[in-house]
Amino acid sequence: MDREVGAPVKTLGAEAELEIKLLLEAIYHRFHYDFRKYAMSSLRRRLARACDALGCATVSRLQERVLHDASAFPVLLAHLTIQVSDMFRDPAYFLAIRRKIVPILRTYPSLKLWVAGCSMGEEAYSFAILLHEEGLLERTTLYATDINGDALRTAQLGVYELKRIARFSENYQRASGQRSLSAYYTARYDAAVFDRALAAHIVFSDHSLSTDSAFGEMQMISCRNVLIYFDRELQDRALGLFQESLCHNGFLGLGAKESLRFSKHGEAFRDVAAEERIYQRIA
Amino acid sequence: MSVTPPVCAERAVVIGASTGALRALAQVLAPLPADFGEAILVVVHLPAEIPSRLDEVLAHRCRLPIKEAEDKEPILPGTVYLAPPDYHLLVDRGPVCALSIDLPESFSRPSIDVLFSSAADEFGARLTGIVLTGSNADGARGLSAIEHAGGRTLVECPDTAEWPAMPLAALEACPEAEVCALSELAGRLVYRSSGVSIIDAEREA
Repeated sequence: MDREVGAPVKTLGAEAELEIKLLLEAIYHRFHYDFRKYAMSSLRRRLARACDALGCATVSRLQERVLHDASAFPVLLAHLTIQVSDMFRDPAYFLAIRRKIVPILRTYPSLKLWVAGCSMGEEAYSFAILLHEEGLLERTTLYATDINGDALRTAQLGVYELKRIARFSENYQRASGQRSLSAYYTARYDAAVFDRALAAHIVFSDHSLSTDSAFGEMQMISCRNVLIYFDRELQDRALGLFQESLCHNGFLGLGAKESLRFSKHGEAFRDVAAEERIYQRIA
Repeated sequence: MSVTPPVCAERAVVIGASTGALRALAQVLAPLPADFGEAILVVVHLPAEIPSRLDEVLAHRCRLPIKEAEDKEPILPGTVYLAPPDYHLLVDRGPVCALSIDLPESFSRPSIDVLFSSAADEFGARLTGIVLTGSNADGARGLSAIEHAGGRTLVECPDTAEWPAMPLAALEACPEAEVCALSELAGRLVYRSSGVSIIDAEREA
């Protein structure tokens, strides 16, 4: 399996939870990033890694470091937010969009799609390619948002390590890609640079599902493997935001293991492709 | 319609298995009685590309309900939760199941270490960790986290395990862990959970 592998880290002690809460308050007041409603279990792991990377023995030391050393916060933020995803991750999802959602999207004269929590842009480019092949990209604006500015800058460049491309290609083919993925990028040394014509339809922008509000009326929102890092309350906030941002009958796509089942917004949606976690707003 | 909120599990068992997992897991889970009072969370290393039918395969042989864990799903007593392929399974406050797609640990996602240490954070001394057959070292760190939190640690006997590397690594990290033949594991769980032996439990059933 060709995957990046994280080195094992020491786990944080039982007293860490209080330190984590204090750190998250400090981050919120000093840097205006709100992680206070993130799932504690993943926070613990990610902060253990950040402590390791910044050479801090405890979360309290980490807090001191980020408050007094300007270079430390971007490192911490990367540990708290950056996700490694693949293009066309879960090909069945993109296949279902092609077969069940695209025919409906076709009926709109202009389209707005929102990839929420886009990290380094893999999913945004996947959508751009899919929409291009379906002849819809010209009339589409894709909004790709994240809270991490560094990730957004990387996403904007559309440059990925060449060694990841084999996996991207395989996914693309399984998602019923119409060409070869290489039609969309040029290889330069050890990197694949994706066609700027794709990025021309994507607006990369800073947006927080914790603190920001709706910014447009979308025909589709895709937010995959982002909500799993939130607690139930923040999940509900985000889903409420999606409900508000979707046009009537607009579509919401979630991660393969995410669902609306435990949410208070569940009744505002119906299943369109239950297995692929694609829902339609009905209220 | 009013729904009574589910009563979450107070105690839990976490199990990690890799190569040879299916046979070993069935042998541990099948004898457990239907009224087993602890929640059971399981990580098995499986290739991400192949759709997992592990829950169906095990369900045929077990009296306890077996399901793939869903994100933020309450952890109930007497239910077996399997980590979905290509996701880490963690225990979050509640206790509820939580999933993540963070990087693989010890080359694995799901990782046994990740489940074990997060379960130790939430359940503390009310947790039993079991490392079964496997050909890598995943689970060793997690089992040690359980030990530190005051939980109980069990390791399948390396001499009889189908693949001994994982039990051996676990024992190296936790020399105090109870070593136990596969056939005895369920009995030890039931005894600890209810104070009655599995033979009594079978007689009542």
